[in-house]
Amino acid sequence: MFIYFNKPTFLPFFSPQSDRLLIKGGRIINDDHSFYADIYLEDGLIKQIGENLIVPGGVKTIEANGRMVIPGGIDVNTYLQKPYQGMTAVDDFYQGTKAALAGGTTMIIDHVFPEPGSSLLTSFEKWHEAADTKSCCDYSLHVDITSWYDGIREELEILVQDKVMCFPYSAVFPSLYYLQLYEAFTFLKSLGAVILVHAENGDLIAQEQKRILEMGITGPEGHALSRPEELEAEAVFRAITIASRINCPVYITKVMSKSAADIIALARKKGPLVFGEPITASLGTDGTHYWSKNWAKAAAFVTSPPLSPDPTTPDHLNSLLACGDLQVTGSGHCPYSTAQKAIGKDNFTMIPEGVNGIEERMTVVWDKAVATGKMDESQFVAVTSTNAAKIFNLYPRKGRIAVGSDADVVIWDPDKVKTITAKSHKSAIEYNIFEGMECHGAPLVVISQGKIVFEDGNLHVNKGMGRFIPRKPFPEYLYQRIKIRNKVGGLQGVSRGMYDGPVYEIPATPKYATPAPSTKSSPAKNQPPPIRNLHQSNFSLSGAQIDDNNPRRTGHRIVAPPGGRSNITSLG
Amino acid sequence: TANRKLSPPLPSPRPRQKRGGMFCSVEDAFDNKTLDFASLGAPGPGTPGPAAPPAEPLAGCTQSDRLLIKGGKIVNDDQSFYADVYVEDGLIKQIGENLIVPGGVKTIDAYSQLVVPGGIDVHTRLRVPVLGMSSADGFYHGTRAALAGGTTMIIDHVCPDAGTSLLAAYEQWRGAADSQACCDYSLHIDIPRWHESLKEELEALVKDKGVNSFLVFMAYKDKLQCSDAQMYEIFCILRDLGAIAQVHAENGDIIDEEQKRLLELGVTGPEGHVLSRPEEVEAEAVYRAITIAKQANCPLYVTKIMSRGAADILAQAKRKGTVVYGEPITASLGADGSHYWSKNWAKAAAFVTSPPISPDPTTSDHLTSLLSCGDLQVAGSAHCTFTTAQKAVGKDNFTLIPEGTNGVEERMAIIWEKCVVSGKMDENDFVAVTSTNAAKIFNCYPRKGRVAVGADADLVLWNPKATKIISAKTHNLNVEYNIFEGTECHGVPTVVISQGKVVVEDGNLCVTQGSGRFIPRKTFPDFVYKRIKARNRLAEVHGVPRGLYDGPVHDVLASAKAVAPAPASRIAPCAGKAQAPPVRNLHQSGFSLSGSQADDHIARRTAQKIMAPPGGRSNITSLS
Repeated sequence: MFIYFNKPTFLPFFSPQSDRLLIKGGRIINDDHSFYADIYLEDGLIKQIGENLIVPGGVKTIEANGRMVIPGGIDVNTYLQKPYQGMTAVDDFYQGTKAALAGGTTMIIDHVFPEPGSSLLTSFEKWHEAADTKSCCDYSLHVDITSWYDGIREELEILVQDKVMCFPYSAVFPSLYYLQLYEAFTFLKSLGAVILVHAENGDLIAQEQKRILEMGITGPEGHALSRPEELEAEAVFRAITIASRINCPVYITKVMSKSAADIIALARKKGPLVFGEPITASLGTDGTHYWSKNWAKAAAFVTSPPLSPDPTTPDHLNSLLACGDLQVTGSGHCPYSTAQKAIGKDNFTMIPEGVNGIEERMTVVWDKAVATGKMDESQFVAVTSTNAAKIFNLYPRKGRIAVGSDADVVIWDPDKVKTITAKSHKSAIEYNIFEGMECHGAPLVVISQGKIVFEDGNLHVNKGMGRFIPRKPFPEYLYQRIKIRNKVGGLQGVSRGMYDGPVYEIPATPKYATPAPSTKSSPAKNQPPPIRNLHQSNFSLSGAQIDDNNPRRTGHRIVAPPGGRSNITSLG
Repeated sequence: TANRKLSPPLPSPRPRQKRGGMFCSVEDAFDNKTLDFASLGAPGPGTPGPAAPPAEPLAGCTQSDRLLIKGGKIVNDDQSFYADVYVEDGLIKQIGENLIVPGGVKTIDAYSQLVVPGGIDVHTRLRVPVLGMSSADGFYHGTRAALAGGTTMIIDHVCPDAGTSLLAAYEQWRGAADSQACCDYSLHIDIPRWHESLKEELEALVKDKGVNSFLVFMAYKDKLQCSDAQMYEIFCILRDLGAIAQVHAENGDIIDEEQKRLLELGVTGPEGHVLSRPEEVEAEAVYRAITIAKQANCPLYVTKIMSRGAADILAQAKRKGTVVYGEPITASLGADGSHYWSKNWAKAAAFVTSPPISPDPTTSDHLTSLLSCGDLQVAGSAHCTFTTAQKAVGKDNFTLIPEGTNGVEERMAIIWEKCVVSGKMDENDFVAVTSTNAAKIFNCYPRKGRVAVGADADLVLWNPKATKIISAKTHNLNVEYNIFEGTECHGVPTVVISQGKVVVEDGNLCVTQGSGRFIPRKTFPDFVYKRIKARNRLAEVHGVPRGLYDGPVHDVLASAKAVAPAPASRIAPCAGKAQAPPVRNLHQSGFSLSGSQADDHIARRTAQKIMAPPGGRSNITSLS
């Protein structure tokens, strides 16, 4: 079974930009199983998989020699254009996606971060344009909601349905309170969007920042001190509670601490659809560097939620990632140069937040999780690519090596040892937070859209060759279950006879009457003696009800029987 | 009276130890329990006004001031032993065998019975105003029922009305309770509608009025609810005052939305109450309250633990070292939340309380287990009853049903039945959760909560062999429904002694309206605050002394925040590429690491422990 279009080919086969590629002798790893087969790529798609493929002549052949061939990574969390006080991160879409490709990531999902005062739509357009002209790999966009205002519903509808089919993102910033969260979640669910939450308790952080600045602590350690991990865990817990009440899926970005991860793991066991995304930084390093004597180094680690100063955190998060309690890895890549970070040299709250990680993501996960035996290669593919594609509705176009999928393929060398250092990384920043880390496992060849973009340590990319990948609402991976739970979870009252007993008369203006002790104690005592036999009274239990003629009654499952409610809770 | 005061207890009535009772092995066990009340600053032995006429003088009711309880097994939270107890002037004067007592003493035969400290019900609302109604059981009926059930002290909640100051509300409650209460009482104060000026009132209450616990609400949106920032502020103030922060933990915002949704769906009956307040909403609030309290380093007491989720969260937090206490109530330990779906509206409405009684039938079993293992510490009743007519105010709208269930009378018996009879706890644990722990947390220990020489003579003779069936027909309350109707309890109080007087004997109540005294409570209870104080000392954080950053600083646009972001102007500066090439060798730059700092001359540096070293912070977190 193969599809072969006999198209004339003019490309010289030594060109790295060849449209036709044959990867021979590789071991294909998908998230479910792995097998030996050759892959034939053409027109940016995977055309054939199998042995002894019949391919046209003049095809460039890559000998994989038994190495692993995996779907290109998907980095679900980047901020390549995040504005901060009029500046943007030093890695823009060009620099950032170059680094991504060098690390084996062939698609990014970037966050559109509207500045106060600009609408979601205009911001989206701006990001779209910037990425189209600069990006070297395929990309898609999340939209951050930093405030919930009147006209936002229409904008969201346009964003999701008509225009780009993209999934908005909601952040718990201090300005979004519960009620707005409840409202926002409800609305986004009705659109079929994926709700992402940046979970930190803004109220308490503000208080803590004040306190710590008052104590005279102005350095980057203040950032970690003012954001203890309990605050992250609390916000995660709250977001999950609200989402589970509304019965909508929720996705926690940047899981940085053990407690937050544990909350997610616990919640998943009880049924709510919760997904957690640790990032390269939380998987690969810890927050002890906030106490570094070198200000510039300490500031390079500033991101929020902060890296946990607990050095056992990366190990714990990798374990949860391996067992499936956390599902996706991002990078939260948003690097600022030291000069930019130095805006906050006298006040840690002014330090622009963001760390690097787009290039190191795949390698760090391999080194920390696969090389240590926590997860196998298939799970590696799942957490770096497949799960993200499923959650964000890109599957199986992305995230799988299968006939018909995009030709985003990485040949992975598990034995290659590489030392991460700022001297050789592709990012434009001076500090790499993983500086000096020796990592096992690195990409040998990276193929994006059917073209070799990275080989032997050399990048061959074109600015602007990345395409915008629109995503449809209601991803099945999330919403199938939600839809069923919606049906099952309907509430119904108890049909009972009208209460016809005595009713206490409330004083006309109870709220403003100052309670005089004498009047209050008397009514209880002077009342007629309580009627004792009410529970044997003659309430009509015949079953004839006002809404008997309502046909839908029979169709309803009784989902709230006595004693049964808790089961429903645990399911929905 | 003068005569009584002059007759001192016999000089050091050292009990003669007799070998035999297996609990009697501790030498000097009784002497250690002697208390010096002068140092505790508690008021002297109560003189409950001899003129006060007994409200309902019953046959067989004796008001003797001197009592000898013979042959009982004394049960404290740490040990049990066989001994006689001699009570005089409202105090326990002697404990031991073959006591030498004056003649004419009434003797109570306690053979084969347990002598336990009278119960302390830490949570009642006997005077709560809801929509201008006050609850059906006032202080008189409420405390009477308490005594009938073996509870000899209550701590009632003062809930100020809109427009009433905390102090004024406190005085109202004092007035009502002083004239009506039949047993000793103390008061918690609820803080609705927080504003800055309440701070002085809190101080006055703590310093002059003997109140050391305050409740904030996380539910009742737009009425009583506090925001997170307010809670943090209140907790900080309470910590400095040495008081205990209590929370009513439910997420009011979610409840508000759910209530609207349910009413729209046409659910108006009491089942709507429980559907609109699912247990996650309780658990979420408990989690949040614990987080905030931990940040403020304030001890937290969560009232009314009604669900598994909330209890589990609390247990986990304790495991991480947070100073937090949880109080399940009689209803959550013994009642069944499936009755919200009862076809009988009046019955269903009787169960309405919030957080609601969980419809999960395994909840009560789980909570009693946690109470037994110490994850939960105190059992209250949250007694706040309304008659069916009062509940019927909400007959067409469940949100209007006044909230509250009974439980003050049944509390001890239910806990005995569910925990001790089932083998989950022993009699000592029973005493701990019904009395001693409450006394410790709320700082009236060892005056209350212990059978010891010098303690108040609040005693209960508990008969573990007797059986009683709880029923609205026989209870001492003003309500038509008892939510524990039909529960059979193996273990009942046979004699209850309050302030040295027998108030219950052979099922007959003999109480005096207004005989209850207000028990002032001091701040900084050791049981709670010892740890908090130590942590306060440890919690200081220190910055890292480092050289001044002298590298390049990115120019921030002068008024970046004020300028309406014009798209064009924004893209231009983002040309991070146009910038000077980043300096790569900063991490090898010449920052001064010599250690000479601006604050070198401050002496305290050497004495300070570095509490926030790299990698060490998490340990501190897990300890505090």
